[in-house]
Amino acid sequence: MSASPVYLDAASAAPPHPVARQAMLAALDDGWADPARLYAPARRARQLLDAAREAAAQTLGVRADELSFTPSGTAAAHAAVLGGLVGRRRAGTTLVHSAIEHSAVLHAAQRHTAAGGDAVSVPVDRLGRLDLDAWAAAVAAPGVALAALIGASHEVGTVQPVPAAAELSAEAGVPLYVDAAQLVGRAPLPAGWSVLTASAHKWGGPPGVGLLVVRKGTRWESPYPADERESGRTPGVVNLPAVVAAAASLRAAAADAAAEAARLAPLVDRIRARVAAEVPDVEVVGDPVDRLPHLVTFSCLYVDGEALLHALDRRGFAVSSGSSCTSSTLRPSHVLEAMGVLSHGNVRVSLHRETTEADVERFLAELPGIVAALRAEAGVTDL
Amino acid sequence: MSEPDETLDCRGQRCPLPVINLARRVPGLPAGAVVRVLADDPAAAVDIPAWCRMRGHEFLAAHPDAGPAYDVRV
Ligand SMILES: Cc1ncc(COP(=O)(O)O)c(C=O)c1O
Repeated sequence: MSASPVYLDAASAAPPHPVARQAMLAALDDGWADPARLYAPARRARQLLDAAREAAAQTLGVRADELSFTPSGTAAAHAAVLGGLVGRRRAGTTLVHSAIEHSAVLHAAQRHTAAGGDAVSVPVDRLGRLDLDAWAAAVAAPGVALAALIGASHEVGTVQPVPAAAELSAEAGVPLYVDAAQLVGRAPLPAGWSVLTASAHKWGGPPGVGLLVVRKGTRWESPYPADERESGRTPGVVNLPAVVAAAASLRAAAADAAAEAARLAPLVDRIRARVAAEVPDVEVVGDPVDRLPHLVTFSCLYVDGEALLHALDRRGFAVSSGSSCTSSTLRPSHVLEAMGVLSHGNVRVSLHRETTEADVERFLAELPGIVAALRAEAGVTDL
Repeated sequence: MSEPDETLDCRGQRCPLPVINLARRVPGLPAGAVVRVLADDPAAAVDIPAWCRMRGHEFLAAHPDAGPAYDVRV
């Protein structure tokens, strides 16, 4: 018998907002022409694209000409990092980043170092908070072209001290890039950044749309072959129906964000408290206070992460994990590693607008038994 | 690298097995003994110190180039 499904992996992809679906269907009929052409259907597509850009910019509080739509949050992060480094190559070749950036940022950093550049990783503490003293020293060193800081950790939920890090970067004359994929549509944006990226499927928009915002006056140059679209920041035609859906759902998600955060944050508090109290030998990780409203991560001692995901899936729960056995590289999550917390038996639960209190209660009611059964099977109950 | 009282070879084992085998071995050792765990699963580098913290043992050192090896005082 399979139980009714409970989807708890919004940090990977939130279920589509109803507004996204409506907007996408309308734009499929009305926005398929190439917006760069000079005939009536193209003008209609151009209007839809302009309106989407205007709406997204207004929601984020930026200028429309500062915002480009990209093929994903990953593509936006690559462009942010590589373009920020190219634009400031005369200032230096060093990228400073936190140790807990998304892999998209770390992979762009690897590309940069493979081409002869430098990257400096700044540590975090046990709760996943940036070490601001180390950050201050790193951005003030000679030859720093760009600093990158994730707005809030997609793996453990800890919100980063962006305003303080931005101030330190500004004092050193270094522009700051913020990966805001887990913040946009859920929480107010911090101040002080020069480049920002986000990803539509995190807020209930369609997959395959990212945002890249480059503030006026920022030295940023496209790292790609020339292409005029999206202000020359990201090549290729945009997926207009998806972009329209992304902008419409962003506005809807942002309008509800405060109320949703007020509803979900106590559910996350409940998960944090009950998991710690009712599952023996568990480490609930991440900052308990300065955190995302919708995300919580914990690790169960002696439990195989992959076995735990499968057992939860069999009971209808969709969650993700940072354990090594669940990754293609067989390495534990670099975020858990950087924090120095238990990496096996790891579960990330992330809530969304369709998550109910009953869903959370069912998860909390079933989890202790699932963990206990896995421990009994592995013969580790009394260790 | 001083000699440990006991060496536990967990090479080739995937996490959480090195931590489980360490936990199985510890009750048979006198308090204060030093165990060296050889473990090549990269997760051991995080999970052995984390286990020490959760169980109140002292994590002494990691030797990334020798095993890799992790020394724990029980
Ligand atoms: C913090 C963060 N940055 C970037 C990304 C990448 O976004 P996308 O899935 O749209 O490529 C994600 C999602 O995995 C994320 O959580």
